[in-house]
Amino acid sequence: MPNSRLPRLRRISQIFFLVLFLALLVLTSLRSLPGTTPDIHLRAPVRLFFLWDPLVALVNALASHALYHGLVLCLLILIPTFFLGRFFCGWICPLGTLQHFVGSLPSEAKRGKQRIESNRYKRWQTGKYEILLAGLVAALFGSAAIGWLDPFSLLVRSFGLSLLPALGLAVRSTLTPLEQSHVGAIRTTSQIAHTVLQALVLEFRQPHFAQSVLLGILFLVLLLAGLRVTRFWCRALCPLGALLGAVSRWSVLGLHKDAESCDKCNRCLLDCQGGDDPIGGAKWRKAECVMCMNCVGSCPQHSLRFRFFRKEPEVASPDLGRRKTLTGLAAGVAVVPLMRANTGLGKSRNERLLRPPGALDETDFLSRCIRCGECMKVCPNNALHPTLEQAGLEGLWTPTVVPRIGYCEPSCVLCSEVCPTGAIWQITPQEKGWVVGVGQSATPSPIRLGTAFYDRGRCLPWALATECIVCEEWCPVSPKAIYVQEAEVIDSAGNSKTLKQPRVDPSRCVGCGACEYACPLQDRPAVYVTSIGESRSPSSQILLNRT
Amino acid sequence: MSEEANSNPGSNLTQVEGQAHAPAEERSQRMSRREALLELLRLGGIAAGAAGAGFWLNERSRRPLPAHSEQARRDHRVAANEQWPQLTVVQGGEPRDLVRRAFEDLGGMGRFVGKQDVVVIKPNIAWDRTPEQAANTNPEAVAETVRQCWQAGAKRVIVTDVSCNEPQRCFHRSGIQAAARAAGAEVILPETELFREVELGGVVLKSWPVFTPFLEADKIINMPIAKHHNLTGATLGMKNWYGILGGQRNRLHQQIHQSLADLAGFMLPTVTLMDCYRILERNGPTGGNVEDVVLKKTMVAGTDPVALDAYVAKAYWNLDADRLPYLQMAANRGLGTPEFEKVRFKVTRIG
Repeated sequence: MPNSRLPRLRRISQIFFLVLFLALLVLTSLRSLPGTTPDIHLRAPVRLFFLWDPLVALVNALASHALYHGLVLCLLILIPTFFLGRFFCGWICPLGTLQHFVGSLPSEAKRGKQRIESNRYKRWQTGKYEILLAGLVAALFGSAAIGWLDPFSLLVRSFGLSLLPALGLAVRSTLTPLEQSHVGAIRTTSQIAHTVLQALVLEFRQPHFAQSVLLGILFLVLLLAGLRVTRFWCRALCPLGALLGAVSRWSVLGLHKDAESCDKCNRCLLDCQGGDDPIGGAKWRKAECVMCMNCVGSCPQHSLRFRFFRKEPEVASPDLGRRKTLTGLAAGVAVVPLMRANTGLGKSRNERLLRPPGALDETDFLSRCIRCGECMKVCPNNALHPTLEQAGLEGLWTPTVVPRIGYCEPSCVLCSEVCPTGAIWQITPQEKGWVVGVGQSATPSPIRLGTAFYDRGRCLPWALATECIVCEEWCPVSPKAIYVQEAEVIDSAGNSKTLKQPRVDPSRCVGCGACEYACPLQDRPAVYVTSIGESRSPSSQILLNRT
Repeated sequence: MSEEANSNPGSNLTQVEGQAHAPAEERSQRMSRREALLELLRLGGIAAGAAGAGFWLNERSRRPLPAHSEQARRDHRVAANEQWPQLTVVQGGEPRDLVRRAFEDLGGMGRFVGKQDVVVIKPNIAWDRTPEQAANTNPEAVAETVRQCWQAGAKRVIVTDVSCNEPQRCFHRSGIQAAARAAGAEVILPETELFREVELGGVVLKSWPVFTPFLEADKIINMPIAKHHNLTGATLGMKNWYGILGGQRNRLHQQIHQSLADLAGFMLPTVTLMDCYRILERNGPTGGNVEDVVLKKTMVAGTDPVALDAYVAKAYWNLDADRLPYLQMAANRGLGTPEFEKVRFKVTRIG
């Protein structure tokens, strides 16, 4: 195939993987209920992009000394990179594609000479290697915090928790009034549009997420930075790009420059994505090139060509230097202890930090969780939200159950099924142990997220002489963890009433939060779950003997 | 003369132009009178429009109150017929046969569902539970009812409920979605957009959002499942009407009996079929453990919802009518009688 056709092929590949990514993201929800079996699983391989992400795998291996199942798929990307260079960044990565697209939009800051100048290699492009080094060392010390900057984590977090919910609201607020229009044609059209969008993108129930605004703005800023500097994210920040750049030093595919025919017209620099100096006379920077192949197509002299087994002067490794390497390493060494010197772990754990079912103990959890937000996206009850400060700075954007918004559904284990790193270890509904089906016996030790407590100053039968016990009705375990005792109370008129006052049996409570969710006192529920007694943490228990 | 007169202004003009450049430029930068008039007209139009809109909007200013609201009691009953029992109990078979026999005993589905009727079947699909856990109505019973409606000539048969747990999970894991669809019914999940504010006209229940399909039905078949409940002892047929409401329905329990009577007075079903195939005897209404479930292989159907609740409460929980005050409240509204011994009653054993 002539080299000049490659950019078109690349574009097809980019669009394909972007659409695949978005499709899998949208399918990370209950929309695709299969068959008639009562167990609910997602059919689509929704965590695919994380499984073949070598950065996630490497961090997982460094922090947990093992590879969580599925992550071995990263070899699919890693091994070809040894031979072919950073093709992943230019041809597959959906965030790269979005950056590529934004970078090719007309922009005041990139006209003519400025555009050529902005596409020359810059020293700040080494920043991503420092980030990578810091992230890997931090992983070695037991923190997967680099997930903040993993491109897929960033994408799923931003799209799943912010942009898609916003899109849903926009669609609903546009279509709902139209569906009530007096004009039949408008009504029918909008109803059809609604049904189609419901099937394709919208969630059954409009989700809302903590920090949605922040996550959305951060993403848009990063994306729009591409208007000033093409692929700013990929060149300056992306730790996955840095990793792939570092391992592509041995790659046998590279840019062949015919120095004699090059007349320094700079056209190759106009559309260069990586900032890797494709122009004749300069050394090609292998680790920066994302193999977009634009330069090949744009060279009027046909002096550029991608070739196997070439032997030419080049800068193969990241141009990092001793000082920057040391800075990156030192940052990685310092960051975990610094973050953990704060309160947050051990005895000072936040009482409202309720991890999803299957989550490992906090230290193990933080060493695996890449803050991708898959669990939050998939939760059918909108129960999981990214933390801000509840899990300390290190735990920023890790998942927590917010029972007032959504409780943990007894038979549901979807969050554990989509977690790519085993921070939420994959469990079955039987292991979760909250309900007992046919042919099963009650699990002796169900997974517990915490324990419910009553605020007797707010509870209707306790404080307001009013009948209620909705919490008891909703309690999903059997025997129920909420029991009632009849009590005589006096109302304001002096009449005596007999009411059922609820109490919690901590040995039965699993901390699902259904009581808190169902409590009529919606602003500050009279029953609430705190993390004490969560089964993942041996040091956070109440009872001496809790079966 | 006339030629002179005509040519004079023209020559004046050329003179002016020729003499000085600046005023001519000034003039060409000015609007012509015609343009100016048009511009004024345009601005005047916009100003008039703005003023009109302003005064119109000013007139519309009202303190925002909840939208009001249709007042309508939903009475779907059919004429009483001395020939048929008001209450029938069928025992000893599989759900499908029990349901078929129960409707036969009441005079056949043709008595309740006419040609071209839109029928809404309201099972209990409140919880994320499997049929064996007996927290939701039996899916086979629902499917058989759907088939009976089709045979009676219904135009549309809809199966729906407003779940407590996540609706997609409830509809799926209860088995009702698959069974009802297989029998040809439309299954409608409770979407937040599909609620309408309705004046229920109750003593405590005034204006509540009601799920639209229940408001647009010709006939409604109530299909509750009998379960234990800590507040009232048992949750039966009228309690199933909680599932037509949206809004903050966790407040209903504060005056549960009055709420039940209010709802029963608003929504009068064509016929009620209570699923007693499996009964959740303890830890209701959610259950969750098959050990709480007892197999009774029974369906109770009838046109008197008060007598039906009274009978099932007595038969399975030994609760007398005075322990369930909502029964008397409903009877006082003329919805039926809690003295089930006094209605036309039939018991059948099959299988």
